[in-house]
Amino acid sequence: MSAHPTSLVRMKGVTLQFDAKVVLNGVDLSLEPQEALVIMGLSGCGKSTLLSILLGLLVPNSGTVYFQDKDLMNLSRRELNEVRKHIGMVYQNAALLSSLSIGENVGLPLRELTNKTASEIHSVISEKLELVGLLDAKEKLPSELSGGMQKRAGLARALALNPELVLFDEPSTGLDPINSGLIHDLIIKLREEHHVTSIIVTHEMESAFLLATRMAFLDGGKIILEGKPDDFRDSAIPVIQEFLSSYTKHEPKKE
Amino acid sequence: MRDDHSLKQRGPEESPGIAFIGRVGSLTLSVLQEIGGLVWMLKETGAEIIDRFHQKRAPLRLEDFSFQCNRAGVESIPMIILLSVFLGLTMALLTGYQLRIFGIVTLVPAVVSVSFTREMGPLFTGIVLASRVGAAYTAELGSMTAGGEVNAIEGMGIGALRYLVTPRLLAIFCLTPCLSVIAVISGICGAAFISSLLLQISYGYFYDQVMTNLLVKDMLSGIVKSLFFGFIIGSLSCYKGLSMRGGAVGVGNATTASVVASICAVIACDSVCNVFLITFFP
Repeated sequence: MSAHPTSLVRMKGVTLQFDAKVVLNGVDLSLEPQEALVIMGLSGCGKSTLLSILLGLLVPNSGTVYFQDKDLMNLSRRELNEVRKHIGMVYQNAALLSSLSIGENVGLPLRELTNKTASEIHSVISEKLELVGLLDAKEKLPSELSGGMQKRAGLARALALNPELVLFDEPSTGLDPINSGLIHDLIIKLREEHHVTSIIVTHEMESAFLLATRMAFLDGGKIILEGKPDDFRDSAIPVIQEFLSSYTKHEPKKE
Repeated sequence: MRDDHSLKQRGPEESPGIAFIGRVGSLTLSVLQEIGGLVWMLKETGAEIIDRFHQKRAPLRLEDFSFQCNRAGVESIPMIILLSVFLGLTMALLTGYQLRIFGIVTLVPAVVSVSFTREMGPLFTGIVLASRVGAAYTAELGSMTAGGEVNAIEGMGIGALRYLVTPRLLAIFCLTPCLSVIAVISGICGAAFISSLLLQISYGYFYDQVMTNLLVKDMLSGIVKSLFFGFIIGSLSCYKGLSMRGGAVGVGNATTASVVASICAVIACDSVCNVFLITFFP
């Protein structure tokens, strides 16, 4: 595992355990700017936990986590909050504030963390909602939107501060193919047009191959394979083969 | 050998003394953990507020504070007035019938006004707010915790404790004394009404007696106690909401626990304050 000095994210020997259960057992990971790293693994293998560590919401028992060469484990609360401004997170359940409208949700980080005027905030809200195709839903409450729309609203909120890194936790899980495709298109658009670096956690192989520039497979608390999507297709590791076989069974045949 | 083994296994179950000590120990531990968690929450909230000052930013938005003041204070006024009037009315009536036996029914205004100002008004306000506002705070923050909203706020770098706890705690802290004053005035009005109706005490006499017997010390003690009550209810209810575990049932359990803990803490605090005030400011 090479930890390049220009890496946006570097994790080394990250170990986390809750009581007797070891969730992560020496995870090494790095991410270069403008990459889309897909982390896969079985349900409950610690993929989302890894994102929480990266966001500073969980503190590992051992190991180091660097974001832009800042050691997250040794930052003060204020410094950590400063780092968090550069990381956007799209949660599995969207985690929008249910008492705020979609526009207010997107404007929340701008209102709380920047010195922008109300009109500037409104224009950013409109811009981000337009990007995810939800401009019409600005005044609606999260409960009035479908699951896919909520995830897109969550993405708009994650992008409000123009972060260098966006973390996606199961972005298309549980969505119908149309909404799933919309989310995939947005993630690809962000990488190609806005040069956003992303880490995508998923257990859906279809999403993974579509979105990844690099992939990592988490199993038993460790990254058991990391490489290009083609490396995964050629992998002989049984658990990855099982994953692949479930995908290829349903993969549309190309003429 | 077999008997020894079975004795060893059943020993602790059969010893009520050890079982009692175990239960007391476990209860003490959980209470201490709760207190530790509460203190940690207050410390972290304070630290996040200080961080905001360092960044030359306000720790809370005036709109959020006004919104919480409206919810906790303004919307509680009708309930506080209604219940205080009935409580004052009942107190005057029962006191009057007892004092009538001794022929000193004219003491009713003094007794009711002093007891309502020093004790009943603040305590009653505290209990009403713990049930009405404290429960709402816990349920709201509990739902946000269960839905991942609190983590999302923290993950954005906003500071979830500062953003969620500060406006709520400040609103209830500032408004409990105000509501307590409203409760006292309402209670005394209720007492005056029933005294005039059934005890043949005129409004003028009642007013004069209240003005003569009610001391600034009595009013201050009520207000100071109310400040403590507000702080206790706000911090306990926020803590219970933020520390809840386990979905909808967890929110329900946390809300019940919050109301019970707040009411117990308010009554305990009231007793401590009374002992302190009677001892040092007799």
